[in-house]
Amino acid sequence: MSVLTEKINAIIKPENLVYSKSPLLNDDSMHYCPGCSHGVVHRLIAEVIDEMGIQEETIGVSPVGCAVFAYNYIDIDWQEAAHGRAPAVATGIKRVMPEKYVFSYQGDGDLAAIGTAETFHAVNRGENIVMIFINNAIYGMTGGQMAPTTLVGQITSTTPHGRNVDLNGYPLKITELLAQLPGAAFVTRQSVQTPAAVRKTKKAIRKAFEIQAQKKGTAFVEVVSTCSSGWKLSPVASNKWMEENMFPQYPLGDLKDTGRADASLYKVKG
Amino acid sequence: MAKVRGAVVVDNEECKGCNLCVVACPTQTLALNRNVNNKGYHYSYMENPENCTGCTNCSAVCPDSCITVYRTKAEH
Repeated sequence: MSVLTEKINAIIKPENLVYSKSPLLNDDSMHYCPGCSHGVVHRLIAEVIDEMGIQEETIGVSPVGCAVFAYNYIDIDWQEAAHGRAPAVATGIKRVMPEKYVFSYQGDGDLAAIGTAETFHAVNRGENIVMIFINNAIYGMTGGQMAPTTLVGQITSTTPHGRNVDLNGYPLKITELLAQLPGAAFVTRQSVQTPAAVRKTKKAIRKAFEIQAQKKGTAFVEVVSTCSSGWKLSPVASNKWMEENMFPQYPLGDLKDTGRADASLYKVKG
Repeated sequence: MAKVRGAVVVDNEECKGCNLCVVACPTQTLALNRNVNNKGYHYSYMENPENCTGCTNCSAVCPDSCITVYRTKAEH
């Protein structure tokens, strides 16, 4: 055994452990493509739930899309919802069991396309749920078709010459729209391409769950993500493309952090 | 040679060779192995283990949670 191997083995001891896989993530190998942001966000959710000690009280609602199998990976209670209906299902679960922590986990095809109505009305009602929104500007699972959040000029399998505003309209900035609604308590946009961004996103997810505990209203966390298979780029090149093209259109940061609006502002006078 | 202060253990079979940890590593410790795992991916490994500081940047960006990080104080 070389000196170096001995030195490494001297470090690899339980008392020196600084990071290991969250105990809430089970042994199933994730089906996501290499470098997919879903895996990072899954891990952050598992770590937040583990650190808050709410494994037994948390119910997730998984979407239709790449994250449809989220229930295979995080060891909490899950309910699968019909396409786009995760906020409605989460509303029902939260109203029947208000002491539980309920979150929906959705992609852009689920939340911003087919589920737009459910998304808007759940946030407008100020439901005490957490909504986690993975925005990768493409339909990943079905083969890279154009999504509502696809950027103008972005090449997808249904816009082979780039998204054309005259034909396909503009990218939907749903997070900005949701921040206008009085029921939204906390609306933020984060990303997971660098270690610093990952740590900020983890804080945002933790804050969202804490807001749910305080019954302040809907907490909405958008994570600007990559889809290296859909974008036809390597994972590292996808991150670069995201920084150059997605961030100007989808700027990071908190959009709202005030809690749900006071009902007296909306009440009739007489 | 710098003191060995940190070490990472990569689950070779879980690693999909996405290269994100290699880019995130500030000390150029990690690289993709020439060998492949059973899935056919070039898995990540410590190419320069003496550089590792145990900063956990690699495990922070790993989508498959396959990196375990250990750290100890530098020996004198």
